[in-house]
Amino acid sequence: MVRSATFMDRIATMDEFLARALAGGIPLALVAGPFGCFVVWRRMAYFGDTLAHAALLGVVLGALLNVDFGIGIAVTSLAVALLLAFGQRRGPLASDTILGILSHGALAVGLVLLALMHDARINLMGWLLGDILALDWSDVGVLWAGGAVLLALLASQWRPLVAVVVDEDLAAVEGHNVQRARLVLMLLVALVVAGAMKVVGVLLVTALLVIPAATARRFARTPEQMAALAALLGALAVALGLAGSWRFDTPSGPSVVVAALLLFGAAQVVGRR
Amino acid sequence: MAEPLIALERICFARSGQTILADVSLAVQPGRILTVVGPNGAGKSTLVKLALGLLRPDSGSVRRGPGLVIGYVPQSLSLEPTLPLSVRRHGQEAALDRVGAGHVLARQVAHLSGGEMQRVMLARALLRRPHLLALDEPVGGVDMAGQAELYDLIAALARQDGVGVLMVSHDLHVVMAATDEVVCLNRHVCCAGHPEAVKGHPEYLALFGSKVAASLAVYTHMHDHEHLADGSVGHIHGPDCHHG
Repeated sequence: MVRSATFMDRIATMDEFLARALAGGIPLALVAGPFGCFVVWRRMAYFGDTLAHAALLGVVLGALLNVDFGIGIAVTSLAVALLLAFGQRRGPLASDTILGILSHGALAVGLVLLALMHDARINLMGWLLGDILALDWSDVGVLWAGGAVLLALLASQWRPLVAVVVDEDLAAVEGHNVQRARLVLMLLVALVVAGAMKVVGVLLVTALLVIPAATARRFARTPEQMAALAALLGALAVALGLAGSWRFDTPSGPSVVVAALLLFGAAQVVGRR
Repeated sequence: MAEPLIALERICFARSGQTILADVSLAVQPGRILTVVGPNGAGKSTLVKLALGLLRPDSGSVRRGPGLVIGYVPQSLSLEPTLPLSVRRHGQEAALDRVGAGHVLARQVAHLSGGEMQRVMLARALLRRPHLLALDEPVGGVDMAGQAELYDLIAALARQDGVGVLMVSHDLHVVMAATDEVVCLNRHVCCAGHPEAVKGHPEYLALFGSKVAASLAVYTHMHDHEHLADGSVGHIHGPDCHHG
């Protein structure tokens, strides 16, 4: 840490940092909630982890090829989703085995490449744990616009996606395109993870997807209720986490996840079933 | 005879070098009930999936009538417990009343018993106003009293609404009376035809054993009593029970 004038500037403008973090974190949570429901229903938590690990490779490749980090992350995330879909259809290996290969393979390649790039200016801790306070206003704009597009796509595919969760054969007989729905879901989750990387980091992305959705399950009577509630709970966790981070000077990403965890714990105590 | 709703012609299907179905043909007519019976591993569920288009045959053809709407009730639905679903979403009131499940409307699907689940799934299938119902073991997990009721309901759907029914069952007792045609399957069609004819067929007797087959006399459900909600039945159909 370089304690310089810029650090003092940060103190002076902390209100704006906080506002920006909140403005970037809220749309992410609103998107992660509904997609997190599908991660829970379809048991895709390990898929989320894999995407996050591969995203680090995306960051390194972005630096290597001198393109935007976001593009590098999006490309590797989509590549992982497509490789998984391909591997599931072709090979004899179980999904979690394929994910284990992709996840840790991508992470290891990313770390080796990073070590070989002597002049790389990559803040590894920032990517591992996220740095919501480093968001600038253009990042915030991208999060809102991208989030709106992702939610619109999810809404347009909602019926086939829920039908596939209920039963794939039944969905197919009822005229839904099951293969397309599965692929669409994987690609959209990949983009959500890519968007969440900068905010909560590699290690905690899946938590933002899974914990609010799991909390919402106790109170929801329909899939739509669960998705909406997960979005609100995620947004609440972002607000509480950032407030806690500011108050106790703790890292922002982990603080948001701890807030989500506290909400989950509280729901177990008061929730009905 | 009318155009069949669905016709499978000389279907062959193998997986990993293992023949699952060889040269199987059958057709379902409107308003008629065709039941496929056979031992475990006979390829019954595979046959249904081929009929539904969920699997493609290696050879042979599946012809469906133009614009055919199929209602499907899978063998057992292993519902994801984290998905909150109300029964209401699965079938509107009228359809649920018809299958005798109107009272579970407010419940969550995850909290239904096996028998209630089968009824709700049937109501869901009926909501699509199907021409053809494909039922894979429709009375799995249903008690004896409920089984007869469900078969009566399926028969009524065929007789009154003209729905064609393709049904799979290994429980021959109750099936025989409610069905117009039986296909006895053991990877190939052993025998087929009217239930009365099939039950005397040597291949059928060989497959199920003459002793078992003798006990599977055609059962006719008697409408002289109500099945109470507590599951009590006044009459148990034993092995020597031959109803006129």
